[in-house]
Order: sequence, then C-alpha cells, then structure tokens
Amino acid sequence: MSTIQDPIRPPAKAMRFGEAGLLVVFAAFAFFAIIVAAKAYTPAYAFHAYLFAAASIASVFAIGNRYMARPAGSVPQVNADGKPNYNFDVVKVGTIFAVVWGIAGFLVGVIAALQLAFPAFNFDLPWISFGRLRPLHTSAVIFAFGGNVLIATSFYVVQRTSHARLAGDLAPWFVMLGYNFFILIAGTGYLLGITQSKEYAEPEWYADLFLTVVWVTYLLVFLGTILKRKEPHIYVANWFYLAFIITIAVLHLGNNAALPVSVFSPKSYIVWAGVQDAMFQWWYGHNAVGFFLTAGFLALMYYFIPKRADRPVYSYRLSIVHFWALIFIYIWAGPHHLHYTALPDWAQTLGMTFSIILWMPSWGGMINGLMTLSGAWDKLRTDPVIRMMVVAVAFYGMSTFEGPMMSVKAVNSLSHYTEWTIGHVHSGALGWVAYISFGAIYCMVPWLWNKREMYSLKAVSWHFWVSTLGIVLYISSMWVAGILQGLMWRAYTQLGFLEYSFIESVEAMHPLYVIRALGGILFLSGALIMAWNVWKTITMPEAAAEQKLALAPAE
Amino acid sequence: MASQGTSIWSKHQIFEKHSYWLMLGILVVISIGGLVEIAPLFYLKSTIEKVEGMRPYTPLELAGRNIYVREGCYNCHSQMIRPLRDEVERYGHYSLAAESMYDHPFQWGSKRTGPDLARVGGKYSDLWQREHLHNPRSVVPASIMPSYPWLAQTKLDAKHLATDMKSLMLLGVPYTDEMIEKAQDDLKAQSTIDADTSGLDKRYPKAQARDFDGNPAELTEADALIAYLQMLGTLVDFKLYDNQANVR
Repeated sequence: MSTIQDPIRPPAKAMRFGEAGLLVVFAAFAFFAIIVAAKAYTPAYAFHAYLFAAASIASVFAIGNRYMARPAGSVPQVNADGKPNYNFDVVKVGTIFAVVWGIAGFLVGVIAALQLAFPAFNFDLPWISFGRLRPLHTSAVIFAFGGNVLIATSFYVVQRTSHARLAGDLAPWFVMLGYNFFILIAGTGYLLGITQSKEYAEPEWYADLFLTVVWVTYLLVFLGTILKRKEPHIYVANWFYLAFIITIAVLHLGNNAALPVSVFSPKSYIVWAGVQDAMFQWWYGHNAVGFFLTAGFLALMYYFIPKRADRPVYSYRLSIVHFWALIFIYIWAGPHHLHYTALPDWAQTLGMTFSIILWMPSWGGMINGLMTLSGAWDKLRTDPVIRMMVVAVAFYGMSTFEGPMMSVKAVNSLSHYTEWTIGHVHSGALGWVAYISFGAIYCMVPWLWNKREMYSLKAVSWHFWVSTLGIVLYISSMWVAGILQGLMWRAYTQLGFLEYSFIESVEAMHPLYVIRALGGILFLSGALIMAWNVWKTITMPEAAAEQKLALAPAE
Repeated sequence: MASQGTSIWSKHQIFEKHSYWLMLGILVVISIGGLVEIAPLFYLKSTIEKVEGMRPYTPLELAGRNIYVREGCYNCHSQMIRPLRDEVERYGHYSLAAESMYDHPFQWGSKRTGPDLARVGGKYSDLWQREHLHNPRSVVPASIMPSYPWLAQTKLDAKHLATDMKSLMLLGVPYTDEMIEKAQDDLKAQSTIDADTSGLDKRYPKAQARDFDGNPAELTEADALIAYLQMLGTLVDFKLYDNQANVR
C-alpha cells in the first residue's frame, strides 16, 4: 500500500488489490449468472439472471476503463490547498438517482390511487394490476427515493463532519450503483410477479442476498470514513446514520431468512411461519419506519437544518437523550401492528405501551430540530428551503403523535385495516420524509455543483405550496375515509344486525379516493418543479447564480 | 450544577469518540426489545399448540397460494379475523394462531380494501369465484378489484411443486416423503372430474376435489387459486369451540 513517490520518476502504474479483486469477482459472477439464466425455472428469473450478468460485465469494463484512464499511485487524501479531497462524485450520482426515483415512485403512487378510484386503470394487465403496483410504489418511494437520499447525504455528511475523504476507492461506487441495481431487480421483479409478500420486504432471496453484500460494504465505507476523521467527536448526525445502517442490516437478515426452492428458482419460503412470521414481519416493518424513515432522516435534520439556518443544534444533551431513547424504544413498538390478532395479548400490550412511551423521545427530537431556529425564525419567511425543512419537522411531530394514539388498542380496533393507516403513513412519508429530503436536496445541489444557490428560490416556494396542498388533500381524505370505514364495519341496526354490507363501505370510499388521487397529482407536480429546478441549477453557469442570489450561501 | 452535570454527561464521550463503542452500544440497545418480544413465541403454548384438523396444503392448494402471493392479494385482503363482535358476525370465528402455523410466509395482511378472506372457503360457488376473478364487476357491480382474466388462460406450471414441498418440509411443515412422492398424482386427482381421490383424502383430509375453473381440458392457474380460496378456513371444525368465549 505504501507508495513513496520518487520526485523525478512517476511510480509505475499497478492495479490496486481492490480493482483486481473486483474484476475477478465480477467476471466469475457474470459466468455464474449466465449458467443460472440458462437453467432458470421461469422466464422472469432468467431475465433477472441476464440482468445480473449484464451488470457484472458492465462493471468489468467500467473498472478496466477507469484503470486505464486514472493516474498512477493512490488517491490523494488531501488537495493542493490542504483541504480534504472529498469524494463528491458519488454523492452527485446519488442525488440525481433520488430525484429520478422520487418522481417514478410518486407517479406509480398516483396510478395506484387512480386504480382504487377507477378500477379501469388496471387495464386488465398482470404487470400493472394493483397487487403488483402497490409494492412497486412503496419500494420506489421508501427504498429508491428515500434510500438514495440517505446514502447520498450520509456520504456527504460523514465526509464533511469528519474532514476526511470517503473510505475506499471503488467501494463507495459499488454501494451506490449496487444499491440502485438492487432497486431495479426488486422493481422489475414485482411487475413480473416475483415477491415473497412480506410488506416492505417483498424482494426475493437473491435480491436480498445481493442487498446484504451492498449493505455490509455501505457500513464499512461509512465506518471507515469515521475512523479517518480529523475531529475527536463523532458528529450527532453520524450517530443516527450509524444506527440506521446497523439496525437495517439486523432487521433485513431477521425478516428475510428464507430457504430458496432452488438456485434456479426465484421462489423461496420464509423460515418463519404464522404467528412467529407475523411478529418478525412487524418487528421489521415498524422498524423500517423507525430506523430507515426516522433515524436516517433525523440525521438529515441534525445536519442540514443547523447548516442552512447557520445556528448550532439547540441542545447537545437533548440530542444524546433523543438518540438512545429513540433507538431503544422503537424496537419494541412492532406488535401494535398486530392488535387483536392471534399474537399473544402480553406482546400486544407491550407493543402498545412502548409505542406510547415513544411519543416522548420523538417530540424531544422535534423540539431539538425546531428550536435550532432560535434567533433565526425570520428565515421561515425569507428562505423557502428552511420553510420546507421546518414544516417537515412539524409533520414529524404530528405523525409521531398520531402513531402512539393509533397504537392504543381501543383506537386500533377502529383504525386497523382501514385507510386511516394509509393517511397516517403518508403524513409521515410525504410531510416528514419527503420534505426533509427535498430540503436536503435543495441545500446540497448548489454545494455539490459549486453554485451559490438554487436556480430559482421562487420555484422552491412553488414546490412547497403545491405539494403542501397535495398533502393536505391526501391526509384529510384518508382520515375521513378510514374513520368512515371503521364506523361502517361496526355499525349495527336497532334490531342488532350489521347495518352495512362490505361493498357499501367500498362504495362510500369513491369520492375520497378521487380526492386522494388529486392530492397525489399535486405532490407529483411539486416534485416535477423540483426536478426542473435541480436541472437548471446543475446546468446554469456560475455567473447566473451570482446575479439571482437572494441569500447568503449556506457554506 | 455545571460541574456535577458535566461529570455524568462526560461519561457519554466514550460513545462520541470511539466508533466501535458506539456500534456496540447501538447493537445492545436495539437487540433487547426484539429478543423479549420474539423469542418466547417459539415456546409459548398459545403460539405453538396444534389444533385438530390443521394439515399442510395439498399440492394444488399450495400452487394456488403461491399465485395468491404472486398477485399481491394480501395488499387488499386480510386473513386474520379479530375477536370483535362485528368481525366474528361478518366473517366467522376469530382466527387462531394454529390456523396459520404451516403458512410460510403468513398472509394475515394489514389492510381491508376488500373483505377478509380467512374463512372465504365455501361461501361462494366455484362459478362465482371464476366469474369474479375474470371480472369482479360482473358479480359485484361496485367492486374496485382488478380483473384477473389471465388466470383462466394460463396453464398451471406445476413441474417443480415437489421441490417446493421438500423446502417446506425442511422448514417444519409436516409433509411426508409419501406426500412429496405422490405430489403430481394428488395434483391430478384433485383437479380432475371423477378421479380416484382415495389417496388424496387419506393424505389430506377434507381436500375438495373437482374441476374448479369450469374447463376440464386444462389445469389452469384459476383452478389452483380457486382450490386455495375454497379451502380457506374450512379445516378446523368450529362446532367444537365456544364461539363467544374470548369475544371482547
């Protein structure tokens, strides 16, 4: 590894261990994938095997080309001016993936919403019928959009707060491109009917195995960068990122334990059965919310809000309490998805109790985020990016109050199985996760592409208002729909008979489904405004940015 | 105040300054809840007890269940009746843990865009199921369920069913070597009119055998799915149970 440079003669160019190793691994894997494709039980699986082969061959060429083009020696850790030589290219790619997948995911959501309002939108086609499209929507928004935001921002934040270049040379690229390849396999799999039917963990065994390799590499890159840090302390945001990465690995392995029928078959059977499988599923499912959609995005809150507002985090001690309390308590909350089921009562009660306790650290975190604006509240008026992120934290507070309330068994007996759950999820997903992500993207794009500010802050403002209107339509229609459903299902006539048949409750949903679809269209429109704005920012010349400047740069 | 406070908070610096301690701390803290809630479920009587009548799926039912999973039916239909008065009256006896003990994975669902299906078996005729899958609005005008016309047109791919059953046997489903050996025979016996079903009945009590999709010439995916739907909730004889014992 140690390359002591001769000042006169440049060192002889040699292949690094990582480059050579990956070349061999990818070449061997391409060969293996082609054999699997040839003997696959189903055409859909053969298609996936060929995709794996093509991606492996493309990787071989990419690594080879990169080796030819790069200078000899190892990657310089420090620039000529003494500043760390940050690896921002991989962050740029992740940011663009996030924007693109976001729009794809919102679009699929709109189509799914239209299918529920007007079943003709299923077009009688297997690939886009609701049962296959719904997992595509949830995976696209959570894992494709959210996941790329998390990986991209974590790679940005960990470098900045550690004052060190991202660990690894090819590893960060393997994480970024490998993760998005996993998304491709998962998404096309759903459309082709390849699913293990575990909510938010639908990809089959081979996609899960591949994701495990990517995820472990992700942990190593992140941890490796922290180990190289020039600061004695690990910054708060990185605690949250680390908890997110570690816990998602544990959850993924536990919930997806499966026995493949054959290496030539896409089908596997989950190791767990019945009530144990249900508990594993919602231990996973609720903590996908807790660690993917909460801890991960709280890291965004702890970095981008202070940075953009130019104020320190409100309370360091509150951050410590927030962190440990949140990750300890969240894990217990899973059984509230199984109230009144065949899961034993004590487990349900435990889940409910911890869900209610969870309200406290959640609001502690919300206060820590909001109060960071102390002395800078005027920026809510002047800076639409801050406005977006602060409203995100407000939505976080709202849905982390609603969640504990819905976990109370008496409330849950009405709300479970209804659209109320869908409304609750979307107040968190659209209001909190998407808004804090949009805010981070608006911060990060000018920083990454060396522009002083977004191309148009007015467009950011438009994005905010259009999508806020969309969220309001979405969640209010689903609240009404859910409570209406719950009440109709349990309504009795004076003679003691059930008052409504099931189909009458379906009919009552129609106008609310239409309003929900409209809300989704508005939210999608907002994201399209963002995509245009990001594109214009990346392609605008430096000078134009200076003229349009409305705010001092955040960095 | 400052000095006393600082001493407590300064202990936390071990996590702030050492990434391995931080990792270890996270791992310990996130393990506790899961262990307490999950591990006992493998030992408690109420979650592992066997109930009279439960048996593994027949090959045809298993194939149908895999289609149910493939099409994502669980996205809109639950298979878990809660012990609440209105649910028991609408759908039947509340679900027991034992009723899904051979389900890898479980299909309890989390949403009722359509009705619960835990006990849909026998509620409708094969003809109704067939028409309903082909075009739900032909039998339920206000339905918003997608149509599944391809099921009746697609031949059932059952070549590897025995391998599937072998995997499930490894995971603890009580399939016997005989069941696996006779998988193709049982498949044929359950889906053909006037077939000899004595072996099937012996291996899988209460198995319903007939041509489910109205097309005796071909074994289609509709045959398998309807066979699965028609057996849901029919295995346990609830006349032996007190229906109201645990209703809240």
